[in-house]
Amino acid sequence: MAVITYRDALNMALREEMQRDDRVFLMGEEVAVYQGAYKVSKGLLQEFGEMRVVDTPITELGFAGVGVGAAMAGLRPIIEFMTWNFSLLALDQVVNAAAKMLYMSGGQFPMPMVFRGPNGSALQLGAQHSQAWESWLAHIPGLKVVTPATPYDAKGLLKAAIRDDNPVCFLEGEMLYNTKGEVPDTDYVIPLGKAEVKREGTHCSLISHGKMVLVALQAAEQMAKEGIECEVVDLRTIRPMDVETIAASVRKTNRAVVVEEGWEMCGVGAQVVDFVQRHCFDSLDAPVLRVHQADAPMPYAKSLEKAAKPDVPKTIAAIKQVLYID
Amino acid sequence: MATKVMMEALSPTMEEGRLVKWLKQVGDVIKTGDTIAEVETDKAIMELVARGDGVLRAKLVEEGTTSPIGFVIGIIAAADEAIEAATATAAGGIAAATATAGGGTATAGVGTATAAGGTATAGGGTTPATAPAATAPAATAPAVAAPAVAAPPAGPLRSSPLARRLAAERGISLAAVAGSGPNGRVIRRDIESAAPTPAVAVPTPAVAVPPAAVAVPTPAVAGPVVLPLTQIRKTIARRLAESIGPIPTFYLTAEIDMTRVGQLREQMVAAGDQFKVSVNDIVIKAVATALVRHPEVNAHWMGDSIHYYPDAHIGMAVATDDGLIVPVIRNANTKGLGQIGAEARDFAKRARERKLAPAEYSGGTFSVSNLGMFGIDQFTAIINPPEAAILAVGGTETKPVWENGAFVPKQRMRVTLSCDHRVIDGAIGAKFLQTLRQLLEAPMMMLF
Repeated sequence: MAVITYRDALNMALREEMQRDDRVFLMGEEVAVYQGAYKVSKGLLQEFGEMRVVDTPITELGFAGVGVGAAMAGLRPIIEFMTWNFSLLALDQVVNAAAKMLYMSGGQFPMPMVFRGPNGSALQLGAQHSQAWESWLAHIPGLKVVTPATPYDAKGLLKAAIRDDNPVCFLEGEMLYNTKGEVPDTDYVIPLGKAEVKREGTHCSLISHGKMVLVALQAAEQMAKEGIECEVVDLRTIRPMDVETIAASVRKTNRAVVVEEGWEMCGVGAQVVDFVQRHCFDSLDAPVLRVHQADAPMPYAKSLEKAAKPDVPKTIAAIKQVLYID
Repeated sequence: MATKVMMEALSPTMEEGRLVKWLKQVGDVIKTGDTIAEVETDKAIMELVARGDGVLRAKLVEEGTTSPIGFVIGIIAAADEAIEAATATAAGGIAAATATAGGGTATAGVGTATAAGGTATAGGGTTPATAPAATAPAATAPAVAAPAVAAPPAGPLRSSPLARRLAAERGISLAAVAGSGPNGRVIRRDIESAAPTPAVAVPTPAVAVPPAAVAVPTPAVAGPVVLPLTQIRKTIARRLAESIGPIPTFYLTAEIDMTRVGQLREQMVAAGDQFKVSVNDIVIKAVATALVRHPEVNAHWMGDSIHYYPDAHIGMAVATDDGLIVPVIRNANTKGLGQIGAEARDFAKRARERKLAPAEYSGGTFSVSNLGMFGIDQFTAIINPPEAAILAVGGTETKPVWENGAFVPKQRMRVTLSCDHRVIDGAIGAKFLQTLRQLLEAPMMMLF
């Protein structure tokens, strides 16, 4: 099996799905001639032509709305946001049009479309370009929210998102694009709404998603040297959330730490903790703790940015606390 | 229309009640206001009256069973009325509760205590452990008690949900396990390293009424004898723990010459038996008089305010076979010694018979506790919140006192004032004792 980057895994998924179904097309800023701001759409213009790989002006609300209209007309658009930070301008189309169209049309207009792009912080992009939006999007009935952490998941989940008849928000990561992993060149899909145990363990569940899964895996690796076996649960899909996998893990380990990239208040982790307390109350030996970004706009200064982000040392500190290790 | 007979709040602090005796039988005609059962509250045995007319169609709990307030214990309905719906509602509660008890039934005493976070809530110490109905209230009790665990003043036993479940499964009493988590939280590793608590059968007294004295039976096997808490013992524990915990208390002791009080009593008896009063009656009168002069001691601590009272309602601690109870002599400052004496005797008698009404043991502004009759010279009493002070009275004895160049025999009595420092400062307490001494050493001053 080939070891490729997350970026190339996404490219492979786009290519395969565009080959498989000619209703699928890609639209966004710099996706065609420039081959994508992060080269995710490399070679697609050459293969599929400018009718199916469409450069847009810098008009997020406009091209998101064109996508909604195309989906109503029977196409399967993929709308790329150069980053999810720019999607704020398009949220009216995402939240008020795409998410509600099936419901408000009495089932007449499915929305088989994908909104995708990098989410969260990279390095020193400043407060406005370093935000994790999954808790905003996951709040909305009618949307699905997917956050792949590995190249394998990126390909399988993107193919599932494209084939889904509901609007799917697909959150990638600038810092993930260069990560590598084994990805089959065969046609496979990973069902939405299914979490995966990325590492088995018995002492503590680390529940995470997106690029924080890599942080959780590193923390688990370090804890293993001290004889503490952490189980890493990758949510993969935030909405719908796989409560069964979360609960099964916590019932096994009796304690949990949620690691997420976003802010604490009303974050994804808050929802995880709610599910855990409802479904695993009698299994808990310690309060569930959360590791998250500091409650402040992301600092630009390198040292402050590092201090604000959730990381391995913060995760280990939380693990030790729920294990009552001094 | 069927009327549900519910366990009612028959005292201000009652949270659950034990059905001592059904006074009506199934099939008896019931009118609103009829007494249908006797219920033991946390302080007394009270009458439960019917809230509707009809026929007592069903008794849903047996005598001796403890139920939380609001629990349906019987059904009153017309003789031919279908009561399945009403019974089902109530039975649903019972059935669910029984199911919750689950495997814990076998070790009812121990299991229940752990489920409630260390607070023994079984209450039905006199309940046969095998009676199915008995498990229902016992199982519902933790649900009622759970919020109390979070109440800050009681010093709750902390434990993780997992530890509670494991303790219940293994028959381990949480209270017997030292918690190694934050704030003493009992966690899984503490349960895993704890030995199982031996299950001891709860002794079952033959009569429904609690034993007059708490006789501790000889255990059949080695190990502790586990007696569930009676309602009154539970209330004492809760109230006094509230007191000694958060109340910053200090103590002032004074020795008072009681020679003239002795002379006063002799003179009164000489006037006729109807004028006989006890030392305690005179102390209560003197305390009430002193309180009116020092209203800053006659107060309630209310958390965000202090209530000062113009009249002295004196709680007098009465020891009964079941425990302490404090009936209140109202407006003692306006009553004569004869009336105080008569009320005190009546209260003491009815307290021992457990016939006091709730209104008679609530609303005190200051308490007096006298252990002189037990040969106690001096002691400290625990404040009965929200009151701000309590006076502990020792026995009167003859002592040599240096007076005018010679030792002379004097009748002396030691009193100790426990003060809530949030309300009373040292000098204020001392001034109150000064006035009390003045009144008792020269009882005629009470006329002033």
